[in-house]
Amino acid sequence: MAGDTTKTLSNDVLWGGGRSPFSISYGKMMMWFFLVSDALTFSGLLTAYGFVRHSTTEAWPIGEEVFRALPFTNGSFPLIYVALMTAILIFSSVTMVLAVEAGHRMDKGGVIKWLFATVLGGAFFVGSQAWEWSHFIHGGGGYITTTQGDKYWVHNDEHDTHDPTAHDSFHLVKAVEGHYLKGVEGAEHLDRNASLAIWNDRVSYVDGANMRRNEYGPPQYANFFFFITGFHGFHVFSGVIINLIVLIMVVRGVFHRRGHYEMVEKAGLYWHFVDLVWVFVFTFFYLL
Amino acid sequence: MLVRDDVIEYSLDAHHSEEEGRKIRRKIWLVTLLLSVVTTVEVTLGAYWKDWFDHSAWNTIKWTYVMLTLVKATYIVMSFMHLGDERRNIRAIILVPYALFILYLVFIAIWESQYIHWLWETYL
Repeated sequence: MAGDTTKTLSNDVLWGGGRSPFSISYGKMMMWFFLVSDALTFSGLLTAYGFVRHSTTEAWPIGEEVFRALPFTNGSFPLIYVALMTAILIFSSVTMVLAVEAGHRMDKGGVIKWLFATVLGGAFFVGSQAWEWSHFIHGGGGYITTTQGDKYWVHNDEHDTHDPTAHDSFHLVKAVEGHYLKGVEGAEHLDRNASLAIWNDRVSYVDGANMRRNEYGPPQYANFFFFITGFHGFHVFSGVIINLIVLIMVVRGVFHRRGHYEMVEKAGLYWHFVDLVWVFVFTFFYLL
Repeated sequence: MLVRDDVIEYSLDAHHSEEEGRKIRRKIWLVTLLLSVVTTVEVTLGAYWKDWFDHSAWNTIKWTYVMLTLVKATYIVMSFMHLGDERRNIRAIILVPYALFILYLVFIAIWESQYIHWLWETYL
């Protein structure tokens, strides 16, 4: 990039006073310091997740088995929805960096165009995450355990949390050892009458997810899912708000009068950081 | 335009011409392409690796994921966040303390978790 950062300056000038040894404005540097502290927080959360996952003796759910639903469809699409969310976030990061570039040329129209696209992308991401949370919480029918200690998956064409047996399609599927999710090939499907007999003999019925228990795996799994994606989602949400405020200021010509668009750059740093965190959440939560 | 003469306005250093802008935009799109390709590889591998590889391949795949993630992170930080364009001093004070702390944290957490795992397996 053009400018002071590529210029060769003697060390006397850099550290001897008179100018910043970092050749960076106060605001940008403080944004970087904040991002380092925020990065430490997220790293701490993900490391805690890794610690619990490694230390637990229970089977841990697998991303491509838990996250396989798409809106408006019934089929199995492992990881496709979360890949879509990732794509949206990466592309909103691209539009942000293009807005910053336009700002460096004092191109007000360009900044408005790309910043608007960024806000739109961010809003889409938050919406997608709301859908995914809803799907995660409601679950796919859940399972029951019996007095014999057996585990059966509840199958139903229509998902009904109050009384799953009310529908004709209700039946149970014996859980396959070592598999955390239903729909395993070769699993034994019981007929309706046998299913009802076992249903009445149930000890517990776990459907969907909450902070205490979930149908996917150990309770900590859902707890970490809610906390980490929730904390990230809150960052995305606040990022959208910040970008929106900056966009309004750009439209009103505040930065053009100021002579530079550094505010877009600072908001951009925060926005890229949100994308950066998602790259890690995506890997450690959904892929590994 | 407001210019104060008692402070150095570093913000103006980042300004560039139309022609430089074209070059920068080209680089942005190249990085975008790279990030998209890496993500596509990751998702495809995650969804279908069991059909393609033996169960024993998981360890290799796991480390491939970690490596690809670090590649993506490097490009986001260095290119999108322009840390690669900043002076070496600022790059160092951002990356070095973070790296030192987190490498240690990850090491100690993984190490201790294996012990806790062994403990629960043995005594629970």
